[in-house]
Amino acid sequence: MTHATQALDQMRPPYSTEPGSGVYSNKLGMWVFLASDVMFFTALIGSYIVLRFGAPGEWARPGAILNVPLTGLNTFLLICSSVSMVKAYAAIADGKKYFLRKVPGKRLQDGGLKFWLLITIICGAGFVSVQVVEYIKLVGHGFTPAGYREGSLLAEHAAADPIKYGLTVAGLYGSSFFTMTGFHGFHVTCGVISMLYLYFTKVLPEKYSPQDYRGIEVIGLYWHFVDLVWIILFTIVYLI
Amino acid sequence: MTTPTTHVRPNYMLIWLYLFVMTIAEVLLAFELPVARNLKLILLLILAIWKAMLVALFFMHLKFERWRLRLIFIVPLPLAAILVTTVIMEKVW
Repeated sequence: MTHATQALDQMRPPYSTEPGSGVYSNKLGMWVFLASDVMFFTALIGSYIVLRFGAPGEWARPGAILNVPLTGLNTFLLICSSVSMVKAYAAIADGKKYFLRKVPGKRLQDGGLKFWLLITIICGAGFVSVQVVEYIKLVGHGFTPAGYREGSLLAEHAAADPIKYGLTVAGLYGSSFFTMTGFHGFHVTCGVISMLYLYFTKVLPEKYSPQDYRGIEVIGLYWHFVDLVWIILFTIVYLI
Repeated sequence: MTTPTTHVRPNYMLIWLYLFVMTIAEVLLAFELPVARNLKLILLLILAIWKAMLVALFFMHLKFERWRLRLIFIVPLPLAAILVTTVIMEKVW
């Protein structure tokens, strides 16, 4: 998995570190927050499992209502943003503060922190946009947090094939779907806003250096966690 | 002040490729391949956990962190499993 082409020196901290963990306080704080967020999403996923497998009827079949190919592409977009985030981290660790720079003998230009973080922001904003479009379409078709809207096309389909569309538990399905994906979407939105703030206040004025890029590492941890949670949610909500 | 740790940088593009291939495998497994429902469920969960571990270990650099820091992230996982199991048991009971 790893290749030994490049040794990575972690930041040499000119600032104090926490005695127990040996990392700076911002990073420790983010890890503690992520640990609490694990419990938060566990509560949501646990409730979903109990509701789904304890429900009096069968859940709607995967793909019957939700647009899985579109969400699959959205998942890929979020994975790409995670890679660009880690490339941004690697770029500033190597002192590459620039946007793009020509490399002698290479056709492609070398991306720096400004380039990779911008790609991450665009991919993150793209993910949220696709999710908003998906919500609008689902609600338009009659799939709401309260179940299938009366008189909608979806309600008619569900009445014709109640097993495929899980008619008896439509309310449970709708509320758990919108709660889980909604809270995740909220996390992604917060991440995009935080990255935009960092981009304009720290990255563009080149305030980060190979000696101190704490902000990039901490927001990176948050962003990868959001990606990690979506990987689990995508499987549980869309595929199973 | 701590001594800086040194480790080899993972091949991020290779991990991205793994994640991409596994995502396609998940979608194919869910909709295209004729596999029994329970087996499909187990395989999908294994693939999801595998992908999540790749992100945590290599993108979040957990593989290269000290054990004390790893514990912060690892400790909630069994607690989470206990929480879910307890809720399920209560429902079953």
